Amino acid sequence: METILEAKNILKVYGNGVIANRGVSVGVEKNTIHAIVGENGAGKTTLMKIIFGIEHAQGGEIFFRGEKVNVRSPHDAIQMGIGMVHQHLMLAPDLSVAENMVLGNEPRRVRFFLDTDKAVEITRRVSEEYGLPVPPDKKIKDLPIGVRQRVEILKALFRNAELLILDEPTSVLTPQETEILFKTLKNLKEQGKTIIFISHKLKEVKQIADRVTIMRDARVIDTREASELTEHDIAHLMVGRDISFERLPQPIQLGEPVLLVRDLSYVNDEGILVLNKISFDVRSGEILGLAGVVGNGQTELIRILAGLLDPSEGEISLNGERLVGLSPRKIRELGLCHIPEDRMEDGVAEEATLEENFILDRYFKRGFSKGIRLQWKEISKHSRELIEKFNILAQSTKTPVSSLSGGNIQKVVVARELSSDPELIIAAHPTRGIDVGSEEMVHRLLREARDRGKAVFLASADLDEILKLSTRVIVMYNGEVVAHFQDMSKVAAEDLGPYMLGVQREEAVSGKVSA
Amino acid sequence: MEKFLLKYFTLIRVIIAIAIGIVISIFLIYLISEEPGFSLKSFLLGPFLSRSRLAHVFETASPIIFCGLAIAVAFQAKQFNVGAEGSLYLGAALGTAFGVSTNMPAFIHIPLVLLMAGLAGAMWSFIPAILKARWQASELVSSLMLNYVAYFIGLYLINFHFRDKEAGFLVSYQLPESAWLAQFIPGTRIHYGIILALVFALLVYYFLYHTTTGYEIRITGFNERFARFGGISVFKVIILCQVILGFLAALGGMTEVMGIHRRFVWQNLGQPGYGWDGVIVAIIGRNHPLLIIPASFFLAYLRVGGRVLNLMSDVPAEMITVIQSIIILLITAEAFLSKWKYRITVRQAERGSTA
Repeated sequence: METILEAKNILKVYGNGVIANRGVSVGVEKNTIHAIVGENGAGKTTLMKIIFGIEHAQGGEIFFRGEKVNVRSPHDAIQMGIGMVHQHLMLAPDLSVAENMVLGNEPRRVRFFLDTDKAVEITRRVSEEYGLPVPPDKKIKDLPIGVRQRVEILKALFRNAELLILDEPTSVLTPQETEILFKTLKNLKEQGKTIIFISHKLKEVKQIADRVTIMRDARVIDTREASELTEHDIAHLMVGRDISFERLPQPIQLGEPVLLVRDLSYVNDEGILVLNKISFDVRSGEILGLAGVVGNGQTELIRILAGLLDPSEGEISLNGERLVGLSPRKIRELGLCHIPEDRMEDGVAEEATLEENFILDRYFKRGFSKGIRLQWKEISKHSRELIEKFNILAQSTKTPVSSLSGGNIQKVVVARELSSDPELIIAAHPTRGIDVGSEEMVHRLLREARDRGKAVFLASADLDEILKLSTRVIVMYNGEVVAHFQDMSKVAAEDLGPYMLGVQREEAVSGKVSA
Repeated sequence: MEKFLLKYFTLIRVIIAIAIGIVISIFLIYLISEEPGFSLKSFLLGPFLSRSRLAHVFETASPIIFCGLAIAVAFQAKQFNVGAEGSLYLGAALGTAFGVSTNMPAFIHIPLVLLMAGLAGAMWSFIPAILKARWQASELVSSLMLNYVAYFIGLYLINFHFRDKEAGFLVSYQLPESAWLAQFIPGTRIHYGIILALVFALLVYYFLYHTTTGYEIRITGFNERFARFGGISVFKVIILCQVILGFLAALGGMTEVMGIHRRFVWQNLGQPGYGWDGVIVAIIGRNHPLLIIPASFFLAYLRVGGRVLNLMSDVPAEMITVIQSIIILLITAEAFLSKWKYRITVRQAERGSTA
């Protein structure tokens, strides 16, 4: 077998002193699908960024097709024949598929003007050549995520990529879309392309990869044939200990409804109906899962529940108290806590210290301040307790949050929110982008809260997470609740997919959801 | 050694920046001056060479400290209000107007005049604050424009209603003695304003770092969405920090009037300019109230050195401004020496990983 890409002894240190790669060596064989797995912060994405020229290594060498190369920028990488599809897609949403395809090397008409017909033609040709259908005239923003991703792949292929890097491509897809992506990737392999596939999801790695490189703590632990490894082996190598994959035992005692949502609608600034008469309950002692493809109104629903957005119509009540119109602080005082979808935007103040982040919702309470005076001693003590209890890796309570890894930052958010003694926990993508170890911990904490009789509302793009934790599940599509599953023992990821994609819907769902 | 460098990196960088700035100034002075040695001495050592000049550094630092504190409070909340100059000007004008129209014992007159000036400054900076909080108008633009409005209102007020026709200059009536801040070191004009400035630096430090409202201001500055998420009223923070800015800046202007001139004397656009010096020292002092004190003294030293140079040597005033600007520019350039810091960080990290 021919080795197309080889990285030798890569060393990368970030400006804040964090070592992301220490002596990392990987060989990727031509015409294979090579998976790179590891916990968050293990250095996978950094390694890919170095290969693609976004980051620069302090040491080590990269060989591409047998030659030593110096990749100074993504432009260099593309010239050599390396393409990358990022976790967050890099497309211009207001341009059409064809315009995005040719962006950067546009066919011209009279030197200055984009030749749109030619662009469409190119798109059609490349799309047929690789058997990846896309609508050339449609704007990116009107397409589902799966199709957008396909455009990115085509874009790389159009630039003659021989080696395609995909950074966690399935994290935004439904099971059906994932299937299609995998078919595509296998197809590309048949056509002689090489694919590097970064993932957290072990099942997918087993399903698609020929070879697997496992990274932990900025090092490569091993590179093996995928057929030699079980999911369990991979997890063990990634984390360095055993991890349980069982679905959680279901609760016995279901309590009264804690959160009632009735006919909730929301029209956004652009006049689009984002939420359409949504009704559901969350009862104490249960975890209600909210499934749906990202962008179907889940974000808005959760922001409304937390008081960060005003609904257009409808009612919400928490233990009998009306929430609509109350400030976020009053809502929190009534017993709501919220693990936000975007932890860097909403969940933490990066430059602030850990203790300043911990007291966000309680600095004005007894024990943290007296009158107007903050009691830093008490605050530090409280923070040390949280760091210990939630097993956060940090030098001190006065360290800025920005110096922590993604998983640990999420633990800071989770620690603050769960320690507020809530009645209702709203968790939006609570384990997105964090490692298996931290994920297990967050899951355990949510389950413990449930067993203590708290109500938990869990939104996630990760269906395995929804299925593993939920007592009941509702599915949202296009701002509506389109399905409701009561008995989780009979539900598999494939059953949710058609509802998430809007292919199927239950009749009179809203009546059923309120149990 | 390297650990030490990393820990005090910011301080070391400031010192190196000053050194480079001085080297460049030496070079420039040699180019321009007929007697470079003497000019250089006037600029760098001038402020220390006489009692009155040294005192002048203290006198100049006092309003700069007030304005630096004012700007720091707003900048900590990431509200880029640069209206210290306008609030200072209008606050001092209205405070003077109030001072010359009233007569009472000093122990009540002084605080009352200061309070009036402060409130006037606060009300003035409330305008960009409410425009931002309510309608998202950029406070940078509105406060900048309002500086001019404040200037002309102040000028109108002093020249048409409180002008001392016997003074021979365009100045206001003199404040009654009961509203004077005493100059407490004989032979100098150092007045109680400097003591007040230092006290306020401590107060602002305590406010920002040890009170709940200060916490709200800083958290909003770190990440506004995070503040909202946690239930902090960002609306209140936006208004409050700018109102405090106006109050502190006006105190800076009023203490200068009460302690040095005893009447309102500023008649030219760009005078007195302390509001802008406040922006500079806030940046040099990284918006930290206690660091603003040394930063203000340093800037005052540069200003006094410039004045000495102007008086004593053949270096033109414009050149002095250029030299001052180069030094300030080097200090405020955030990325200056960052590669060097990065290399040390990398070496430290490598060493740490092998250890």
